[in-house]
Amino acid sequence: MASTKKSRTKGFPLEKDDLLDMYRQMCLIREFEEACAQQYSMGKIAGFLHLYIGEEAIAVGSIKAMEERDHVLTHYRDHGYALALGLDTGEVMAELFGKETGVTGGRGGSMHLADASKNFWGGYAIVSGHLLLTVGLAYASKYLDEDRVAVCYFGDGATNAGAFHEAMNMAAVWNLPVIFMCENNLYGMGTAVEHVSAVQEMAKKALAYDMPAMQVDGQNVTEMYEKTKEALDHCRSGKGPYFIEALTYRFRGHSMADPEQYREREEIDQYRAYDPIPLFRDRLIEEKVAKEDELEKIQKAAREEVEAAVKFADESKDPDLDTLGDFVYADPITIK
Amino acid sequence: MAREITVRDALREALREEMDSNEAVVLMGEDIGAYGGSFVVTAGFLDEYGRKRVIDTPIAELGIVGSAVGMAMGGMRPVAELMTINFSLLAMDQIVNHAAKMYAMFNGQFTAPVVIRTASGWGQLAATHSQTFEGWYAHVPGLRVVMPATPADHKGFMKSALRGNDPVMFIEHSLIYRNRGEVPDDDDFTLPMEGAEVRREGEHVTIASWSRGYYLAMAAAEELASEGIECEVIDMRVLRPMDTATVAESVRKTNRLVVVEEGWKTLGVGSEISAAVQEQAFDYLDAPIERVGSLEVPVPYNRQMERAVFPDKDTVIEAVRTVLAKDINTANV
Repeated sequence: MASTKKSRTKGFPLEKDDLLDMYRQMCLIREFEEACAQQYSMGKIAGFLHLYIGEEAIAVGSIKAMEERDHVLTHYRDHGYALALGLDTGEVMAELFGKETGVTGGRGGSMHLADASKNFWGGYAIVSGHLLLTVGLAYASKYLDEDRVAVCYFGDGATNAGAFHEAMNMAAVWNLPVIFMCENNLYGMGTAVEHVSAVQEMAKKALAYDMPAMQVDGQNVTEMYEKTKEALDHCRSGKGPYFIEALTYRFRGHSMADPEQYREREEIDQYRAYDPIPLFRDRLIEEKVAKEDELEKIQKAAREEVEAAVKFADESKDPDLDTLGDFVYADPITIK
Repeated sequence: MAREITVRDALREALREEMDSNEAVVLMGEDIGAYGGSFVVTAGFLDEYGRKRVIDTPIAELGIVGSAVGMAMGGMRPVAELMTINFSLLAMDQIVNHAAKMYAMFNGQFTAPVVIRTASGWGQLAATHSQTFEGWYAHVPGLRVVMPATPADHKGFMKSALRGNDPVMFIEHSLIYRNRGEVPDDDDFTLPMEGAEVRREGEHVTIASWSRGYYLAMAAAEELASEGIECEVIDMRVLRPMDTATVAESVRKTNRLVVVEEGWKTLGVGSEISAAVQEQAFDYLDAPIERVGSLEVPVPYNRQMERAVFPDKDTVIEAVRTVLAKDINTANV
């Protein structure tokens, strides 16, 4: 959520505070993910762990463009959105540690972060399933006249599933305020997009539903901000859904268990030149928004925040086993 | 005061009353509006409530349930209709992986109180349109699964489902929509969605069933009564949470049990009831429990073949005679 002041910084769509806040968030996500990898190798984090390294600009830029009342649903690579939405870093890390203090009390883990108080309805781990939930939330927003846009993030892999097409069609035919935000990182797990998708430009898939669509540079945080803003304005004006294809690349494997035998080292190195964080930092310095030491300070603070988060997670308790039966049913069951 | 109405009218009343009292309630499904619903439950609703509240959806069951779950998360009270339970298989991911998981997986932060209406049943529709799947859903923690028989239960459960906070699989049966029964005259008539009911008392044998099976059990009990065999008939009504204690209590009196279902017996609901009863009342059983179900084949189209697949009154009577004959205390040993 951007500040409401009118002033803008030269060459950028936002003022300095917001720009630096986006830089801070990107650094925080990067530091967080690096720490996760480390904690995973130490056995503190278990299960599947999918890192967002290389894709930070998408979550940070697009969420900056939203209002607090807007709905957010994501796929399972969800740490970045949680942090960009302002969930407590320590509580997110504690969830990955499976602790009682975690954002979902140790029940969800890495793939199922959520905070309903922030309209963050969760990370979902059945590919493409949450797109339909987003359609439903958008229907509710329209039906209840709430002026909320529902945004779902998903990967290129999800666009080949039936739920994607059902969701796109329903959102279009019911003219709902939904942004379909496709992060095209060129691989669905370890399978290159050209082997599984009849079209390689995901935005083209919106044509079948007569839905406006655009491709955005997902490594450019301010472009993500601007284009998401356009799409949000479109949805808020009652014109129906919008499709954004954010072009990006995953610097790490699909999950920590990924041996990465499906892509060459050279390809990864080539894309590392488009690391969204140094790209943004260089622009901020070049355009004299901030000095190098100011940005270094931000970076250092992010690292410290993550260190404190790891400490908090490590020191937190496991959930009480007596609570195992909680939250299965919301209404009481009296029979034995 | 009470009136005698059909199952169909009981459902229509429940939906109409809840729609009238709560703006958040909407109906959605294939052909429920202009067409009036495949089983004519929602005929006329579109004219009365308009397109925003009576939503004709694409033929996309996964999408119907998925969007309904999202609506429920967003503060609405959707009734998602799946034309028949056969088609619910296309929505299984949203029912099992999404609706049933929301509350627990996110640590109680929110629920998805969606009501999924669907119909079991058959009638020369062949293999893919004649199946019985309540057991599949009753297997899943997080779902409430009701499969009522009487008009009063249809109405009371539907109203409770729309006022409750859990996802509900509301399973109807295409062959009992015209069955009649008494329903209280009360706009606030609701029933808790739990507990089996002893509908007929008897001392010789217990018959447990639900939905259309309950009517077969009652018909069989009536016929057997003329021979002096008194059956205790239990309507299970709710399959999750399932009240097996009421069945066990009855078996402690009758010492014999027949379970009647329309599904395949293997790994079926009847197996679960049988297992629960032997756990709770093993010493009281005087004969092996008899399970009645359908023949384990894909259901054929031909009328005679189809009749031979599903249980009827005579199959139930036969099962009762079997458990009475197998009385181990009086066996000729």
